Amino acid sequence: METLISWAIDVALVLLVVSLAWRALASTDLFKAIVLFIAFGLVLTLVWVRLNATDVALAEAAIGAGVTGALLLAAYAKLRATSPDAIVDRAGGISGIGAISLLILILLVAAALGYAVWTLPSDYAGLGKEVAANLDQSGVSNPVTAVLLNFRGYDTLLEIMVLLLALLGAWSLGITIPRPEAAPGLVLDTLSRLLVPLLILVAAYLLWVGAHAPGGAFQAGAVLAAAGVLMLLSGRELPAALATWPLRLALVLGPATFLMLAVITLILEGRVLKLSPEWAGRLILIIETTATISIGVTLTALFMGAPPGEEDR
Amino acid sequence: MSVALFYALAGAGLFSIGLHALLVHRHLLRKILAVNVMGSGVFLVLAAMAAPNAIALSDPVPHAMIITGIVVAVAATALALVLMLKLTAETGQAVLPGREEENS
Repeated sequence: METLISWAIDVALVLLVVSLAWRALASTDLFKAIVLFIAFGLVLTLVWVRLNATDVALAEAAIGAGVTGALLLAAYAKLRATSPDAIVDRAGGISGIGAISLLILILLVAAALGYAVWTLPSDYAGLGKEVAANLDQSGVSNPVTAVLLNFRGYDTLLEIMVLLLALLGAWSLGITIPRPEAAPGLVLDTLSRLLVPLLILVAAYLLWVGAHAPGGAFQAGAVLAAAGVLMLLSGRELPAALATWPLRLALVLGPATFLMLAVITLILEGRVLKLSPEWAGRLILIIETTATISIGVTLTALFMGAPPGEEDR
Repeated sequence: MSVALFYALAGAGLFSIGLHALLVHRHLLRKILAVNVMGSGVFLVLAAMAAPNAIALSDPVPHAMIITGIVVAVAATALALVLMLKLTAETGQAVLPGREEENS
């Protein structure tokens, strides 16, 4: 009986995820498509929980559904402001025989992928045992944080660099931001006053708890970015004094600290990001704290789309 | 069929749906959504393979890779959206110039 209920939940979730993805990609209205895509991300969060990937679920909810959704909606609003014609999605560059042959091609790809997944060996051990065996050397007790910041720290270093590069790329394109059309309502204003301190608190909690339970720098940074986005939406602007070098400093604080640690460990330990067990816990906390600040500020800056103070050019 | 295999197949399905939409639709915002759905499909296969059966210890390495992937996906999405806005500001349309426009 229990397995039956469990299967029913799994089947329902997968049907919901696939149908939401399908409708998000097929609906004619772009705004509807974005909202369906955000719903898709939220249901996917439940799938991660079903697959025992709670860390991933937190990241998906905060970054995949939350920040991506905010970015998409902001881009939609800017697109509409640029040209009303641009938000109309005209159907079909492909029609007739082209569409049918494309469909056959996609079905072949799907069949090949399905076959590849089907024939994957199901009895391989993975790296779970190795991680568990070395966990007490890593300085943290959450295996995912141990992998992210100790065993495969260079992945995370590169990932933070990618985030910074994306922002530099976005800034270098020189998009002008349209001024907000209307003052925020009383509800949004009051809500943001209540929520922003709470969000900062939640971010700090996620950062701290990441050492021994699901959570960590990326989830915390995304929650921090949510606070930043909320402040921007309720009409608050970054003070001009902070928009110059303090903003730049906040952006590079995480990447620079991480990079510095990589160089120091290369000199002292002979290998990039090899953290000695007695220092690992503290070093991970330092990296995660600076990374959280930088991730939060970078994601908020990506939401703005252009360096602050250049709206009027 | 195990639960993990079921989710992995769903991941392959999501990837295919995304690939189809990426090729069929012309609007760039839709293409960006499609790439994100494809990415989610890949993550789903990875997560399903992290726990191939109920008794095995869940493997944290794919989980860490998915978190890295989610962050890289949001960075790429943000840059793609700004590129789309720049193109729209230049041409008035959020579509890539097709063959018809080149010929005319």
